[in-house]
Amino acid sequence: MTPTLQLFLIVSAALFCVGLLAALSRRHAIFILIGIEMMLAAAGLNFIAFWRFGPQPAPPNGVMVTIFAIAIAAAEAAVGLALVIAAYRHYRTTNVDQLDQLKG
Amino acid sequence: MSNGIIAHLWLIPAVPLAASLVILSLANTQGTAAAAVAVGGQVIALLFALAAFAQTLATPGYRAFQNFTWFTFGEQSLRLGFVLDPLAAVMLVMITFVSLWIFVFSVGYMAADRNFTRFFAYLSFFSAAMLGVVIANSLLLLFICWELVGLASYLLIGFWIHKPSAAAAAKKAFITTRIGDLGFFLGMLWLYDRSGTLLFYDGGGGCIEHAGLVSLGASATFIALLIFCGAVGKSGQFPLHVWLPDAMEGPTPVSALIHAATMVAAGVFLVARTYPLFSFGAVHGVTPSLTVVVWIGVVTALISAFIALGQFDIKRILAYSTISQLGLMMVSLGVGGVAAGILHLLAHGFFKALLFLGSGSVIHGCHEEQDIRRMGGLRGLMPVTFATYAIGMMALSGVPLFFAGAWTKEDILHATSEWPASRVPHYLMLLGVVLTALYMTRQMIYVFFGQRRAAAEHAHESPSVMTLPLIVLATCVVLFSAVLTPAWPWLHRYLSGERAVFHLAQLIQPALLLALVFVALGIGLGIAIYRRAAESDPVENASPALFRFLENRMWLDELYDGTVLALARALSRASDLLDRYFWDGLARGVGLIGRWLGRLTKGFDEHAINAGANDAAGLARGFGRILSLRHSGQVQTYLGVIALGMLALLLLYAWLI
Repeated sequence: MTPTLQLFLIVSAALFCVGLLAALSRRHAIFILIGIEMMLAAAGLNFIAFWRFGPQPAPPNGVMVTIFAIAIAAAEAAVGLALVIAAYRHYRTTNVDQLDQLKG
Repeated sequence: MSNGIIAHLWLIPAVPLAASLVILSLANTQGTAAAAVAVGGQVIALLFALAAFAQTLATPGYRAFQNFTWFTFGEQSLRLGFVLDPLAAVMLVMITFVSLWIFVFSVGYMAADRNFTRFFAYLSFFSAAMLGVVIANSLLLLFICWELVGLASYLLIGFWIHKPSAAAAAKKAFITTRIGDLGFFLGMLWLYDRSGTLLFYDGGGGCIEHAGLVSLGASATFIALLIFCGAVGKSGQFPLHVWLPDAMEGPTPVSALIHAATMVAAGVFLVARTYPLFSFGAVHGVTPSLTVVVWIGVVTALISAFIALGQFDIKRILAYSTISQLGLMMVSLGVGGVAAGILHLLAHGFFKALLFLGSGSVIHGCHEEQDIRRMGGLRGLMPVTFATYAIGMMALSGVPLFFAGAWTKEDILHATSEWPASRVPHYLMLLGVVLTALYMTRQMIYVFFGQRRAAAEHAHESPSVMTLPLIVLATCVVLFSAVLTPAWPWLHRYLSGERAVFHLAQLIQPALLLALVFVALGIGLGIAIYRRAAESDPVENASPALFRFLENRMWLDELYDGTVLALARALSRASDLLDRYFWDGLARGVGLIGRWLGRLTKGFDEHAINAGANDAAGLARGFGRILSLRHSGQVQTYLGVIALGMLALLLLYAWLI
C-alpha cells in the first residue's frame, strides 16, 4: 500500500477526534492534557503530510517547522503539568468538574 | 550482508516486546496466562539467540550487520542497524538465558502479588529493551534502547508504588542515571558532528572503524569520556553508584534482573562496544580515556567492597558486591583486557543472578525478613538454597577450579598485571579479591551458619518453582567454567576472533595461584572474624567509628545531599524568591499604579458621568446575569462549545463552496 495524502489525512483526523474525545470526556486534568497533546500531534501530522505531498517536498522546511512545533508542545506540556500540580496543591483535586471557579 | 540470521535479528528483542504488549492487555486476574506469555516469549528469544550464537561459531571473528535508513532529513539521512558479532552473540545468550530463569523464579516469588500481570509485562519490556541495546549497530539505536532500559528499571524498582521508599528509589535511580546519560548524549552529538555517522560498522565507514576514528582525531578522547559518563551512570560506577543499593526496594527478581543480566551490564557492554573510541591513538595500550576508566573502576571496586562489609541487609550486600565487580570489569576493560572484562560480565551475570535469586529465596523463606542479623542457621532448613548459594558465593569470591567467576577473575588479574602504566591497580585489585571473599564469608556465616535467630525460627524451603532456577543457574556457573580455563580458553579466543587450542599445561597459571592465596586469605580472615557473629558485628564491637563509617556508606549520600542537592535546593529557593518578590512585586507595582489612576478618575466618573450611565449599567447587568447562566465554570463544556463552533464553521464553509 503506497502512502497517499488521503491516508495521512484520515489518520490525522482520527487522531484528532480521539484527542478531542479524550479532552472532552475525561475528568482527570492530566488525561485532558494528553488529549490536547494528541490533537496537537494530529495537527503536526496534517502539516507534514501536506508538506510532503505539496509542490515542494524536498527541502527540510516542513520537518523543521514540525520539529519546532513538537519542541514547543513539549514546553507547553511541561507548563500544563506544572499547572495541574499547582491546581492539585491548591484544591486537592485534579477532577476538572470540581475546578469551577470560572462559574458565573 | 543480509544473509542468514542477521536479517531476522530484530526478532530477538521484538518477541519479548510483543509479549509485554500482550500481557499489558490482559486483565489482573489472568496471572497464569501472563506468566505463560512472558516465559514463552523468553524461550523463543533464547532459541533465536542460540541460533544467532551458532551462526557466529562458524567463522572466527564473524561479524554481520544490517543497516537501514530511519529517515532522511534534507541531505542527511539517519541510519540505524543491527549487528551480530561474538560480543553481541554471547550477551544475547546470557541475557535471554538468565532472564528466562528469573522469569520462572518470579512466578513463584510474585505469586501472591496483586499486580502479577503488570510485573510480567514490565519484566518482558525490560528484557526487550536490553536485547535491543545488545544488537544495536548504531549509537543512536543503542541510546534509544538504553533509555528504554532506564524507563523499565524505573517502573520495576518502583513496582511497589504504595511504598514511599520504593517510589523514592525509583526516582533516584532514574535521575542519577540521567546525569550520566546527559554526558552520553553530548558525546553522541559530538561524534555525529565529527564523523557524520552513528553506525558502528558500515563496511569501513562506521564511526568505530578506522576511517571514522581518523576523522575524529584528538576529540576521540573527549567523546569517549562523555560516552563513559553514560556507562558510569548505568553501571553504578563511582560517583554515580548511589542509586544501585537503593534499587533494592524493588522485588527481588528485579534486583536479579537489574544487577545480574541486564541493566548494569549495559554500561560495561557500552564501553566494550565503543572500545575503538577509547583505545584510538593508544601508546602501548594506554590512552587518557582508558586510564580514567581504570581509576574509576579501581575506586568503585574498593569503596563498594569496603561498604559491603558494613551492611546488614542481605540484598544491599549483594548490591555493593555488584558495584564492586562492575568496577573490576571496568578496570579490566581499561587495562586492555576487553575479553576478560566481558567474560567476567557473563560469569557475573550467572552467579549474581543465582545469588540474588538465592537471597530472594531466603527472604521468602524468612517471611520477608532482609536483615541478616535476624537470620542464621538456615543451612538445615533450606538445604537447596544453601547449596546453590554456596556455589554462587564461591564463584563470586573466586574459589579456583570449579567456578566460573574464578577463571574470569584470574584473567582480569592477569590483564591488570600487564598494564604498562602502573602496577597499583593490580595490587588494589588483589586487595579487592580479599575483600570480596571477606564480605561473602561474612554473609554466609550470618545467614546460613551459627544459631537460629528471630526470623529463622519458622523459615521454610521455597517451592520448587523457585529452587529449580537456583539449581539450573548453579549448574551453569559450574559448567560455564569449562570454557573459561586457561587450558582451553575457548570463550576468550572466540571473543577475540581466534581459535582455541587445548593445553593442559596452561591450566595452572601464576595468577591462579596468586588468586588462590588471596581468596584463601579472605575466606580465612572472614571465618576468623565472624565465627562467633551474632546480633552485633565483631568489627562494630572492635571499632564502632569505623563501622559507622561503613554502615553509613562512607556518608556519600549525605555528602551529595550536602553539596549538589543543597546547591540545587538553594537555586530553586532563590528562583522562588525571585519569582515571589521581584517579578511578583513588579507586577503588583504596575497594578498599584493602575489602581491609583483608577482612584483618580473615580471621582470624575462618579460626579460627572454617572447620571445617565447607571440605567444603562443596570440593563447591562441584567443581560450579564442571563448570559452568565451559560458560564458553568466547566472547562470541558467550553471546549465542547468551541469544538461545535469549529464544526459549524466547517459546515458553513462546505455549504458556501
